[in-house]
Amino acid sequence: MKIEIITPDNRIYAGEIRSVRVPGRKGSFQVLKDHAPIISTLDRGPVIISDEQGNEVRYEITGGVIEVKRNRIILLADAVI
Amino acid sequence: MANLKAIRVRLSSVKSTRQITSAMKMVAASRLRKAQDRIVQLRPYADKLNEILIGLNQALNETETENIYAARKGGPNRVLLILLTSNKGLCGGFNANVIRETRRLITDKYMEQIRGGNLFFMPIGKKGQDVLRRMKLNILEEHNEIYSNLTFENTKVLSDRIINMYLTKEFDRVEIIYNQFKNAAVQRLTTEVFLPVSDHVPGKTEALHSDYIYEPDQVRIVEELIPKSLRIQFYKALLDSFAAEHGARMTAMHQATDNATELIRDLTLQYNKARQAAITNQLLEVVSGAEALKG
Repeated sequence: MKIEIITPDNRIYAGEIRSVRVPGRKGSFQVLKDHAPIISTLDRGPVIISDEQGNEVRYEITGGVIEVKRNRIILLADAVI
Repeated sequence: MANLKAIRVRLSSVKSTRQITSAMKMVAASRLRKAQDRIVQLRPYADKLNEILIGLNQALNETETENIYAARKGGPNRVLLILLTSNKGLCGGFNANVIRETRRLITDKYMEQIRGGNLFFMPIGKKGQDVLRRMKLNILEEHNEIYSNLTFENTKVLSDRIINMYLTKEFDRVEIIYNQFKNAAVQRLTTEVFLPVSDHVPGKTEALHSDYIYEPDQVRIVEELIPKSLRIQFYKALLDSFAAEHGARMTAMHQATDNATELIRDLTLQYNKARQAAITNQLLEVVSGAEALKG
């Protein structure tokens, strides 16, 4: 499963991951492999990535939008603190 | 016979001018590269956001919700023109083009508004500001400092204020006049309607996102994404203008350096000719003097 985290100023993260937890508008949710296609706006909060080796990477975003489609995740963050 | 000393003075002054213009060219080139990188970095974000919006736009069209960013009934009453120019000169026709286009807009399109005192300006860049002040036009705000730290966070504050002014009906129409960056040598002058947002977002109309889950729901996502994409549009215009400025300056300084080089070649030739003529003269004098003594 691939993820890209992009802000208007640069690309924060790109790579293969196992799962990601994002601060959705209707509550935090986790995306695992073969998640149904979804578009959701995001609130301020933590984005927690678990990468291929199981290491945890954490970012704090101020808001944004996420699109998940066929194991490709694109997260457009307003800004990363 | 040209004066040897005069030529020498001129030559050294042209040489030092060339040194300056060529240094400015280098500086512009390095700044251009940085500015260009930032446009390239913004592109994936802007493209993706646009793609999501296009897919979602149908949701808004189908439901009869009112789009607060759409055009209002009747012609535009109060208009805001945003001029992106540079703070510094020596960049060819970069600023002059923006100003010419602004004058054209005023006379061709907004005569009515300017008579009624309903045409306002927001110059971003000192060069545009100077001209608008001289023309005694209504300047709403000036933002020359934004170029010194051109980040999304900084421009967001400004774009949010403009969006807010539109929503509070302070303005019915906002346009941005700026130079779009094509490549280092080419800038394209553009007048972009910032607000209202056009009803029809160009792109594919087929149901791109029919199988998606939406959270919270399509309408609310669109409502949230429109201001986001406006902020991006504004930021992109600034980055474009910034890169175009350095491109224009680089080209102008390159031209100036070339001209100086040519001038130096001509002057050197002139100097050598004059020097040779002086030597020939002196030799003639010596030889004829010696001849006279022999006789």
